[in-house]
Amino acid sequence: MAEVEDPSGRTLVRPLDAAPIVEAIGVSKRYGPTVALDNVRIRVDPDQSHALVGRNGAGKSTLVGILTGLRSPDAGEIRFSGAPAPPIADRAAWRSLVACVYQHSTIIPNLTVAENLFINRQPTERGLISWPALRRQARALLDRWNVSVSENARAGDLRIEARQLVEIARALSYGARFIILDEPTAQLDGEEIKGLFARMRELQAAGVTFLFISHHLQEVYEVCQAVTVLRDARHIISAPVADLPKGRLIEAMTGEQVHLPTADTGGRTLAADAPVALDVHNLSGEDFTDVSFTVRRGEILGISGATSSGRIGVAEAVAGLGGFTAGTIRIDQKLLPPDDVPAALALGVGCVPKSRHKQGLVLSQSVGDNTTMTINRKLGPLGFIAPRRKNELTRQTIVSLGVVTEGPDQLVSRLSGGNQQKVVMGRALASAPSVLVLMDPTAGVDVKSKEALLGVVERMRQEGKAILVVSGELEDLRACDRVLIMRHGAIVAEHKAGWTDNALVASIEGI
Amino acid sequence: MTVNEPARAPVGVSQAASLSAYRRVVAVRLRDLALLPALVALIVVGTFISPVFLSPANITTILTSSAALALLVLAESLIVITGKFDLSLESTFGFAPAIGAMLVLPAANYGFGIQLPTAVGLLVIVLIGAIIGFVIGFMVVGLRLNAFIVTLAMLIIVRGMLVGATSGRTLFDLPDAFYALMTVTLVGLPLSVWLAALAFFIAGIVLRYHRLGRALYAIGGNAEAARAAGIRVERVTWGVYVLAGVLASIGGLVTTGYVGAISANQGNGMIFTVFAAAVIGGISLDGGKGTMFGALTGVLLLGVVQNVLTLAQVPSFWIQAIYGAIILGSLMVARVTGGEAQE
Repeated sequence: MAEVEDPSGRTLVRPLDAAPIVEAIGVSKRYGPTVALDNVRIRVDPDQSHALVGRNGAGKSTLVGILTGLRSPDAGEIRFSGAPAPPIADRAAWRSLVACVYQHSTIIPNLTVAENLFINRQPTERGLISWPALRRQARALLDRWNVSVSENARAGDLRIEARQLVEIARALSYGARFIILDEPTAQLDGEEIKGLFARMRELQAAGVTFLFISHHLQEVYEVCQAVTVLRDARHIISAPVADLPKGRLIEAMTGEQVHLPTADTGGRTLAADAPVALDVHNLSGEDFTDVSFTVRRGEILGISGATSSGRIGVAEAVAGLGGFTAGTIRIDQKLLPPDDVPAALALGVGCVPKSRHKQGLVLSQSVGDNTTMTINRKLGPLGFIAPRRKNELTRQTIVSLGVVTEGPDQLVSRLSGGNQQKVVMGRALASAPSVLVLMDPTAGVDVKSKEALLGVVERMRQEGKAILVVSGELEDLRACDRVLIMRHGAIVAEHKAGWTDNALVASIEGI
Repeated sequence: MTVNEPARAPVGVSQAASLSAYRRVVAVRLRDLALLPALVALIVVGTFISPVFLSPANITTILTSSAALALLVLAESLIVITGKFDLSLESTFGFAPAIGAMLVLPAANYGFGIQLPTAVGLLVIVLIGAIIGFVIGFMVVGLRLNAFIVTLAMLIIVRGMLVGATSGRTLFDLPDAFYALMTVTLVGLPLSVWLAALAFFIAGIVLRYHRLGRALYAIGGNAEAARAAGIRVERVTWGVYVLAGVLASIGGLVTTGYVGAISANQGNGMIFTVFAAAVIGGISLDGGKGTMFGALTGVLLLGVVQNVLTLAQVPSFWIQAIYGAIILGSLMVARVTGGEAQE
């Protein structure tokens, strides 16, 4: 039990001159010919939340790896509270200084919360694990950090935010007071994010320092006091957030002035006789009831709402990925059978599914294989695939969507998140659909890729496709002609183009 | 959408791509050829051990004795690439030809005594393979049972049915057609070798250039993504089980021709060799990875090993241990030369 901190309270001894809790000085790291970090520095002061932002590939993950002692820098130095970092091999020492809560949970789902907290250091009695003691200590730990989760719950049954709190509590129990949160909000909805931020502030008040990584710049301003920007493996700027307005922050991230496409939705007029391409009528399913709407050619319809509002269920029904029990979906007047992707494809529905890793891509295959997966039967006679034609189509996609890749043969697992998402978009567009269903199309991608993806959406609208954007992100919804809001499986509001952020958010949250 | 990036992209793509695509093609080939050093080493050892090793007659022997294993490895590779498992192929390998033979044989030769025409018997062999594959497909795909356990049970059941039907006896004096795959030769090689070669060739082409082949990789790599792309995951997986059953039954017929009889033990314990050949040939047990060329080199490697051990007159009691050690050794060599982890 030596690793668990003294229960009497704060054990962290801090020098009076408040040395930074962690400091990286002139850190460089190369992987073969690729420079992952080039003379990067960061300084995180105690008791604050420090944001680390940058586009995909800017070097954030490498820096996190070095700060957590998983990788050693080629050059430069890491200091914790003024003292040099322990050797890489001394995992216990690193654990007592720093922890990272990754986007992908490191909790073992089939074990209880208690066992997860004390994994590989379970309290023993005469050499055997003492389960009562384990549960007692787990309860004490959870209570101490005010985590209201049952220690006997199966960890896999926890909600994502609860799982994150359990991971944080585990890190704190090792004595670490510096915690890295790697895109903690990516899978949370509005209410949950608020809850997480509230807990972050509480923990901060109790002496915990956070390094916060997020693609959502708004969150940086909401919860952080300082920010460090990386770009192309280099340190660009570190400043208090108050001194760095959003425009300048984006500029620092991209190296140029970017403004997200604020498509001129207000001035756009939809031809009154544009035919209806997607007609959803009284649709009911597992988590939605009696949903009706239509989308005309050249129109973008948004559907938003909390994660559990049923919006994804509706979108998956339209894409053939999920079933429905009542009602009808018509694509260009033709009925769509439930839960039948090939039928949906044949009727002209293209789809960007919610999770690119789970449903969007086969990571072990190439860009070309992934891009043409929806149209394999059209690439040659009798189902044979003509390599020339496949590569030709893939190249067209690469160029028209601006995918940064070595070529059609590169494995998609080697691409950055933004470029992977472009491949998923390319796969949806490959079948030349008349109806496009986009679920969280810019989730987890950097600002520049987001801009490119939304540009593609606008281009598809101009080509006369009917587009359904189902997303919880305001940026995705700006180009929509109308936005429907769902709550508890039903449509509760409709906002015409020109809505204000506040009005939309209030409507989503049900305020 | 900015104009400059997509405009810049094509130039960068074409230049960087041609170079790195070349490098990647070489890398892919290298992974396919990972077993060649081990194979060459064995051939050197073989030549050293016996002067007859490289003689045409001996090479024919190696190929002929590998044909049945090749068909089983092909069947297993297709299933493993799809991300599934089938342990029961070795039982189908014995059961299907035996039942086909018993339908044809008179009761005096331990047949069922109904003495159907030979052609029907041969047809039934293939049909039984398909039916067993269909049943497994039903349980694995339809009922979503774990493939490992289902096929382990099927391995035992089908073997048990074979022993039960034959009362453990060996079937002799089959019609000539049952031996045709071995007795009929073409350019000096028996039909079975050509059949296995053709099967590998077709499978290789389909896996690389046909949407069904690509569907196997997609399903094995990420079944959810394959489904979202319109691939009928259940139907394809089920079909692969049926095809594998058919291939296993034909493989069994090849062995029947090779041995000249069907014993109740035909194929017993062979599944381990099948997996060994597939895995050292680079078929990933995680699914979604591997090529037919790799699998074929795996088969040939094991065939050469058998042959060398026999020529070297290794005491028969020790052959098994040495065989296993060589499989492990080839795995390590493939790992080192191929540079990719073998899963």
